[in-house]
Amino acid sequence: MIKIVITPELIAEHGLSEAEYEIICTRLGRTPNINELGIFSVMWSEHCSYKSSRRHLKKMLTKGDRVIQGPGENAGVIDIDDGDAIIFKMESHNHPSYIEPYQGAATGVGGIMRDVFTMGARPIANLNALRFGDPSHPKTKSLVAGVVHGIGGYGNCVGVPTVGGETNFHRGYNDNILVNAMCVGLAKADKVFYSAAEGVGNPIFYVGSKTGRDGIHGATMASAEFDDDSEQKRPTVQVGDPFTEKLLIEACMELMATDAIIAIQDMGAAGLTSSSIEMADKGGVGVKMNLDKVPQRESNMTPYEMMLSESQERMLMVIQPGKEHIAIEIFEKWDLDVAEVGITTDTGHLVLTHKGKTVCDIPIAPLGDDAPNLRRPYSKPKILETLNNDPVIDPIERGTDYKDIISILITSPDIASKRWIWEQYDRSVMGDTVQCSNSGGDAAIVRIHGTNKAVAITTDCTPRYVAADAFEGGKQAVAETYRNLCSVGAEPIAITDCLNFGNPERKDVMGQFVRSIEGIDAACRALDYPVVSGNVSLYNETNGQAIPPTPCIGGVGLIKDLDRYATLAGAKTGDHLVLLGNTDGWLGASLYAHLILGHDKSDAPIYAPPPVDLKAEKAVGTYIRRLIRDRRVNAVHDLSDGGLALAAIEMAFANRLGFELKGSADVPLYAWLFGEDQGRYLIAVEDNSLNPVISTARGLNIPAQRIGVVGGDRLIATGAFDLSLHDTHMEYENWLPNYMAD
Amino acid sequence: MQSAVIVFPASNCDRDAATALEKITGHKPLMVWHEETTLPKVDFVVIPGGFSYGDYLRSGAIAARSPIVRDIIKKAGNGLPVAGFCNGFQILTEAGLLPGALMRNKGLRFVCRPQKLQVVNKKTMFTSGYKDSEEITIPIAHFDGNYYADEDTLRKLRKSGQILFKYIDNPNGSLNDIAGICNKAGNVLGMMPHPERAVDPLHGGTDGIALFKSVLEAVR
Repeated sequence: MIKIVITPELIAEHGLSEAEYEIICTRLGRTPNINELGIFSVMWSEHCSYKSSRRHLKKMLTKGDRVIQGPGENAGVIDIDDGDAIIFKMESHNHPSYIEPYQGAATGVGGIMRDVFTMGARPIANLNALRFGDPSHPKTKSLVAGVVHGIGGYGNCVGVPTVGGETNFHRGYNDNILVNAMCVGLAKADKVFYSAAEGVGNPIFYVGSKTGRDGIHGATMASAEFDDDSEQKRPTVQVGDPFTEKLLIEACMELMATDAIIAIQDMGAAGLTSSSIEMADKGGVGVKMNLDKVPQRESNMTPYEMMLSESQERMLMVIQPGKEHIAIEIFEKWDLDVAEVGITTDTGHLVLTHKGKTVCDIPIAPLGDDAPNLRRPYSKPKILETLNNDPVIDPIERGTDYKDIISILITSPDIASKRWIWEQYDRSVMGDTVQCSNSGGDAAIVRIHGTNKAVAITTDCTPRYVAADAFEGGKQAVAETYRNLCSVGAEPIAITDCLNFGNPERKDVMGQFVRSIEGIDAACRALDYPVVSGNVSLYNETNGQAIPPTPCIGGVGLIKDLDRYATLAGAKTGDHLVLLGNTDGWLGASLYAHLILGHDKSDAPIYAPPPVDLKAEKAVGTYIRRLIRDRRVNAVHDLSDGGLALAAIEMAFANRLGFELKGSADVPLYAWLFGEDQGRYLIAVEDNSLNPVISTARGLNIPAQRIGVVGGDRLIATGAFDLSLHDTHMEYENWLPNYMAD
Repeated sequence: MQSAVIVFPASNCDRDAATALEKITGHKPLMVWHEETTLPKVDFVVIPGGFSYGDYLRSGAIAARSPIVRDIIKKAGNGLPVAGFCNGFQILTEAGLLPGALMRNKGLRFVCRPQKLQVVNKKTMFTSGYKDSEEITIPIAHFDGNYYADEDTLRKLRKSGQILFKYIDNPNGSLNDIAGICNKAGNVLGMMPHPERAVDPLHGGTDGIALFKSVLEAVR
């Protein structure tokens, strides 16, 4: 082996500071060799160590009555009664997806599924929250096509339905798209698998695909900003094989049905390094591995390459001594590589041998204990001082040309139908999809196989709110998932968060990050809705330009009885439309303000986003669930982007029935139609339910108003617009296919 | 009725097919691993959808050469009812049990949607439960569903009533809008739509039930 001299340049290339290198030398009592340097480097990268975020994440609410496992494992685990558990997490694969959209997105989906089935859960649903650049940006179209193809290519083959998600477009993501993948799995509550490698002298098995040279230093890439040379990073993007993933799922499920596994951990970022170290660290043991035993795809791989490879579809597990043959038989049946590569020890060290020589011998504890836990300086965002808090904004010039406004909003990239995307995803495989993207609804609903209960799942974030006020925006993202779950009649249980921000070394970005977390936490506490898993993605910026802050929230809820749920379809002719929740006509940071009044063109936000009254949110959410349970409503839709007008229009699309709305005298018509006041729902109720629904609401101090009626083929708002349902629907459907076909 | 569902590596509608069969026939089907060389004694075989062998080489090409398919070919020749859905259809054409081939969708994209179909021939063991020319909705989910056969084969299929289902609004470019066909003897069905995903009101429709009931009736 050629002896590599550790130079200051090499240290810097590994993303380690001088101080961090000093700590390594002190702990080792010597200088590290190249393998050891590589291992410290990835373990202490932002991606693996959460060094900028850890101290802030710690403050969040992570416990609740239904929480079996909060953050810290591969995914969060919640109890959904009857001995069933749901395991879920959302994770980013932003940097790889920008560099190589198909493989980046595909391996994002593969990686998050492994996080879930590692814990003993069969994946039952995937969702994706995507953010692309401005549609007019030259790269956007090919990125959309590649990412969607990659998500479909992976998820469809593995046979897990892709049931929902969201897609936004904004110039702020031109050079840093976001691909956040969420997976939800089903396990038995008493059969959840963890990563702690407890016990000494137990065999360590490597299973799955062979190790190649792909993805080396992916974790380090995900911890640095992009520049104009980012495309050269392509070789660090991993290549996925969904066929192997499918076999790996089936083989793991089969082995998990036995009692052969002590601990199991997928090889995600930093591959063999982080999986072995995490298992050893949590189990309080040491690990000794013989790298010659690692199944290798390429010849002459060095220890450094093997330890840092991010080849996909691999797992590490500790097996009960004497049960090795069970694991071997099952993995061989599924034509997967399986190899005993090491043993747990009592040394507390990670010891690696290669060709008869010890190539790494480092204490494991310092990798975690001494991992940098930075106190990054942050500042309260300056814009907060100048934000205008008036709810109603004067509509300049064309702000009241309603036919035009509807047309602009309905064909705006964020609102227009995403059919072109979700038709490329298998949404009905596994036979338990009750509601998915094609309902245009608020949350996906997936039945628990063989039962009459279901989970409801949604992802949400409104980056333009977060950009204006990170605290309110963070709160709002959580509240919107809560609202979407309530809209279908689900009891909201817990969230996963995927926090996408720019460079944390900049005070203002760090300020956005910290305030978003505080906002998220405020909502979690008020709504009794803990965070059980998540992921932080920083350095989403190019040449010093950060993305809009995007703390994406994935919410999961429980529908106990599938005979009682709701969607935005189901309204009948003659049903009354009732608006629940308080309406001030808040237009700050609204879609209307951005697209019609041109506020999006401003460099910095001018107006504050709509505040979320969390107490009111909980009250109205609880009431909605009660109405659904009591079968008092035919259709429910929450109000979000574009306010009442778009909620009513989306409901009309789903029902194929028009409506007639009549505004309120208290609020100017345009603000009534397009204001984005939070905590509101539009419901369709039958004649005999109207009075009880309204009077009970008012008894609970929930504002409730009859605002219109369902029926016909026109979309009518008195004094504002009278449009053809069919033509408007066509406009809505055609934007994305036309854009992609251009 | 005792049925069997074949399981290849990366079959992914095997469980869905089994769930549908059990629901409709009242009997749990046998799950048969691709490496088996002999089918158990059954009345009906389903080759489920999925991505057998990752769809490497061509969709269904590797599965069509697996040990179990050799026995299926033999027994289908003796009249055993066999149905292939989606990837199962691709496997049956690759195995030569059905004519033609399934090419990449015309739009070059995977397409998943509830699909309107017309029942073209109801005088078969797979379609007797439908009405004449009935319009039904069954989900599709495929990348390679664009049915192709030469003109001579298409003419024969039409003439002998082997076209069982046609698309209304062709989603993939299939010639003659073909969604599903049977062999000349009428005991082997291949179709791209997934009837096993339309057997429960919560699926959004139950138009797949009649297909399984037809088979149940025929083998009784």
